[in-house]
Amino acid sequence: MAVTESPNLPSPGQERPIGFGRLKRKEDARFIRGQGTYLDDIRLPGMLHGAVLRSPYAHAKINSIDTSEALALPGVAAVITAKDLETLGLAWMPTISYDTQAVLAGDKVRFQGQEVAFVIATNEYIARDALPLIDVDYEPLAAVVDARKAMDPDAPLIRDDKEGQTDNLASATWEAGDEDATDRVFAEADVIATRDIIYPRCHPAPLETCGMIADFNPTSGQLDIYNGNQAPNVHRTVYAHVAGLAEHMIRIRCNDIGGGFGNKVPVYPGYVCAIAGSIVAGVPVKWIEDRSENLMSTGFARDYVMRAQMCAKDGKITGLRVDVIADHGAFDSTAQPTKFPAGFFHICCGSYDLQASHVKVKAVYTNKAPGGVAYRCSFRITEAVYLVERMVNALALEMGVDQVELRNRSFIKSHQFPYETTTGWTYDSGNYAETMKVAMDIAGYDDLRREQAEKRARGELMGIGVSFFTEGVGAGPRKHMDILGMSMNDGADLRVHPSGRAVVSISAQTQGQGHETTFAQIVAEELGIPPEDIQVRHGDTDRTPYGLGTYGSRSTPVSGAAVAVVSRKVRDKARLIAAQMLETRPEDLAWEKGRWYVKGDPEKGALIEEIAARAYSGQSLPEGMEGGLDAQVIYDPPNLTYPYGAYIAVVDIDPDTAQVTVRRFIAVDDCGVRINPMIVDGQIHGGLAEGIGIALMEVITFDDEGNCLNSSFMDYLIPTALECPDFELGQTVTPCPHHPLGAKGVGESPNVGSPPAIVNAVIDALHQTHGVDHVDMPCTPARVWAAMQGRPEPPQ
Amino acid sequence: MQTPAPFTYQRAASVEAVIAALAEHDGEARIIAGGHSLLPMMKLRLAQPAHLIDINDLRDLEYIRESAGEIRVGALTRHVDLLRSDVLAKHLPIFADAEMVIADPVVRNRGTIGGSLCQADAAEDLSAVCSAIKASVIIRGADGERVVGMDDFHVGPYVTAVGDGEMLTEIRIPLRSGGGSAHEKVERRAGDWAIAAASAAVWIAGGTIADVGLALSAVGPTTVHVTRAEELLRGQTPSDDLFVQAGQIASEDCSPSSDGRGPVDYKRHLAGVLTTRALRRAAARALQQEA
Amino acid sequence: MQATVNINGQDVVRDVEPRTLLVHFIRDTPGLTGTHWGCDTSNCGACVVLMDGQPVKSCTTLAVMCEGHEIRTVESLEVDGRLDPIQMGFHEMHALHCGFCTPGMLMTTRALLNENPDPSEAEIRTAISGAICRCTGYKNIVGAVRWAAEHEATHSQAQEV
Repeated sequence: MAVTESPNLPSPGQERPIGFGRLKRKEDARFIRGQGTYLDDIRLPGMLHGAVLRSPYAHAKINSIDTSEALALPGVAAVITAKDLETLGLAWMPTISYDTQAVLAGDKVRFQGQEVAFVIATNEYIARDALPLIDVDYEPLAAVVDARKAMDPDAPLIRDDKEGQTDNLASATWEAGDEDATDRVFAEADVIATRDIIYPRCHPAPLETCGMIADFNPTSGQLDIYNGNQAPNVHRTVYAHVAGLAEHMIRIRCNDIGGGFGNKVPVYPGYVCAIAGSIVAGVPVKWIEDRSENLMSTGFARDYVMRAQMCAKDGKITGLRVDVIADHGAFDSTAQPTKFPAGFFHICCGSYDLQASHVKVKAVYTNKAPGGVAYRCSFRITEAVYLVERMVNALALEMGVDQVELRNRSFIKSHQFPYETTTGWTYDSGNYAETMKVAMDIAGYDDLRREQAEKRARGELMGIGVSFFTEGVGAGPRKHMDILGMSMNDGADLRVHPSGRAVVSISAQTQGQGHETTFAQIVAEELGIPPEDIQVRHGDTDRTPYGLGTYGSRSTPVSGAAVAVVSRKVRDKARLIAAQMLETRPEDLAWEKGRWYVKGDPEKGALIEEIAARAYSGQSLPEGMEGGLDAQVIYDPPNLTYPYGAYIAVVDIDPDTAQVTVRRFIAVDDCGVRINPMIVDGQIHGGLAEGIGIALMEVITFDDEGNCLNSSFMDYLIPTALECPDFELGQTVTPCPHHPLGAKGVGESPNVGSPPAIVNAVIDALHQTHGVDHVDMPCTPARVWAAMQGRPEPPQ
Repeated sequence: MQTPAPFTYQRAASVEAVIAALAEHDGEARIIAGGHSLLPMMKLRLAQPAHLIDINDLRDLEYIRESAGEIRVGALTRHVDLLRSDVLAKHLPIFADAEMVIADPVVRNRGTIGGSLCQADAAEDLSAVCSAIKASVIIRGADGERVVGMDDFHVGPYVTAVGDGEMLTEIRIPLRSGGGSAHEKVERRAGDWAIAAASAAVWIAGGTIADVGLALSAVGPTTVHVTRAEELLRGQTPSDDLFVQAGQIASEDCSPSSDGRGPVDYKRHLAGVLTTRALRRAAARALQQEA
Repeated sequence: MQATVNINGQDVVRDVEPRTLLVHFIRDTPGLTGTHWGCDTSNCGACVVLMDGQPVKSCTTLAVMCEGHEIRTVESLEVDGRLDPIQMGFHEMHALHCGFCTPGMLMTTRALLNENPDPSEAEIRTAISGAICRCTGYKNIVGAVRWAAEHEATHSQAQEV
């Protein structure tokens, strides 16, 4: 079913759907009043404040640290260094990638901004006053900043802390696909396009920075943590492991989080310092980073150097080969399932019916902040889609074929689903041609081409860029995936109270995605209880089931499925109770939203709230049945889900200044069934804005000495309302066959699909007039101008 | 958030009080007006003045007045007021051009022309504007007032002619007939500092350029006054070819450095393009006025 | 030194250092944590409040500089249980996700509507260009302001939100 434009307005009589639909958000009530509870809003009695001293050098030995002057500053309670942490066994911590990361630097600093000491003081101003009073004797070392040089024989060794580490290899080459088959396909090809494509380092930069309040009670052994993080249960397990504390004595509360985008997935040294600080000081300790710390030290995104070739035969795409150097920074702290060191990058086979493909990824250490998997990347799918969609356009240029035409010829056809790709993915459902057509219609593609030709004749530059992405989200099946050995299954608990009102507890962790509304809508859809009578409980490890949290667009595919399944369990139990109430057999009952009724006599039925009352009452229940009306589920997804979309960017480029303006952006997403179309559209708007940022202005760069050059919002530029056009959205709905609701998830799709559309548009604008066939992001005026002069400059 | 180092603070009730306080603190005090240049530097601890003198109560220094062939602007006049001023829109539309692209609308509610000029960042737009329109500034000290032209005002990066014990109080702009002015800027994103910017003012009489002012932001250690291009233009009939030539000179005579905003060659190129564009618009405005 | 700052019509008196930023002074006042901060360099706009009716960045203002001025924060928008039309507009048009930029956006757009009751899309986008939202992509914020502009006159009853 294709719809051209999704209006963001309620239809009459549909203001408060019971179930799916455009329901206004329940959580808005506190946010529009400024009554959200974000981390810095929380004050505990006796709380002290922490601040981190960070290394000015990218690579340096630490000869000594003198904290005496800092300790003498009135208001300073403690100054913690690596030596102190060693006694607690906390100087190093494990990472999600089975590496180790220094909590506070002891022997060496390995990136500019690395944590060196932790001050605890009466207030934040004093804590920061103490930082320059800490005297660290550094001995600077040569730094490795370019991932392509990290493996040079004379490159300085960064991880000399690791036994047996003799070079800067972080993760040995990982392969997917079939090299021999790919070589054969390339040998037979008519056309081959080759490109060196970089996906530069960028940063999720949520508006609220990272932080934690740690409150350790030495008498009870209880550790209470307030922390905006996207995977509270996993963090709790990590802290139990790292701090040697009993897991059931750790409580993590996330409250309201001011944006995550993957930045709030990792465990950061500052968190461990806050916990150690609370243990040492015996009072709650709050640590919140400032923006420069966020940009310089927390989990960045991307930083992939890719060499790729794509080939075609008889007018269709047949093969792809990619070789990647991944820059992981000084410690390998990327977050992805265990057997996937390059995440899901090997979905770069894309939306096309390839004959063969081969992917190689190796990861290196550099003297930069650790990270790589973040910023709505779906575990490296942003990199994969950027690569394949750029290559399709490169190949189209070589072939002299229109970018849409080549895609339409090469798409996986709808009858081929479920489709097994050359790198081992099984795409669930899709009708790509239809979605592409909807996008073309909204854009008026042919009119745009005419306009482009007219403008070109007048010396004006305009480009049209297409991207068609397929991504895989909702990790994942326990037989294939785990993170740190924990299965990626999420739980849902549903309790219907005697009054018929309900509480559903989930392990997903919203940072703005609207879970308090959408998960209530799922229960409403399944049980007919109005969403305002359903409380969604989340963000508290004491009160929610175990699960792996929210990232990789997994909330709807995994937790959403769990909530649907648990609701159906409740509905099934309700049926049995209703049968007894109505003195009939369960098989004689039929369901309409909110009630079970007798098939032959529809007037005779039992509303869900009547059934709930009965379940708790003293009246009889079916033989052997326990009272109450609740259920519990841990959901193991059978597969990922595969949302897809067709994106079209229209850009104008000033021929003299090379400034790029995104005039229009058309996004047609197919994320299966949509629980709340308003929220889906909102997610897409936000991701498209991020894509514009990445394509045109966001980048983290370093000079040769490893100094970070983009550590404030003056130089890490995020799009404002002036850089974003009025996004034009459309939709197609191709349900997921294996998801209980037919839904797929959409949170990361716009970030996945938009950067290649924009860069393809820039190249499209400049190809005929200036011979440009490649440009790297970000397409700043300076970089675009260089491309127009015939010398595309790669980022550092 | 980053926070400033400790300092002492006073509110000044008069310019005299400011001068006295500056003398008393002997180079360790800074004046704070809008604070949107100074406070960010203090939060990053790049500036750590021991004492701040708050001049926001000196409302007498907020004005835009036209009289006797001059426009006088008080140093405390906020960016938003410069943007909205009918007087400036009528005579010096270059101000609205520049203000639309200075920082963002919220910062413009507090930032002042005096503060911007005295911060003397080479990328600062109003410095080039004032140079192009042949403004002078009034600097007051213990010994009284002095009038300083923009060439003498811009000493170097973050350094102006305002001495330790002195304060900028007014900007004076001569008004002559047949004038038109414009400011052109390219930045990486709305609100960003200029990669390069050009300010142009022309005065046209009897079909020829009687006088011209041309200055550039962000392409030198301080505001670049392109005197050689002015010499080319004076006495000539305005034409596009002429403006292109002037742009060429601007691009040669500036000295940009390579940084995150762009490399040297791109900045030189921009200086030329924006000079030409600014001259075109300034001339068009002048000719409309003349008619 | 003692600072007296009038916030939402009430004088708040506290002993502070001169370097105490207005945003911290506000947030240290009970019930007033709605004003947020998100950067170090006056770029993000999460801290915007109204000073004498004009939006200002409270992270770039000292508390002591605000004596004699009227500060209004997001908490002042709802009066006697009635939400401001701009708050209703944000809710109606889904103009917030995580809510962190929302107070700053609400104050900026409230001030815009006070001065310009019928702003165009371009005027709205310019007015909010000093504030960053990472979540919404701005489209629905523009829609919310237009909704508020259109409903300002008719908006009178208490709302259920």
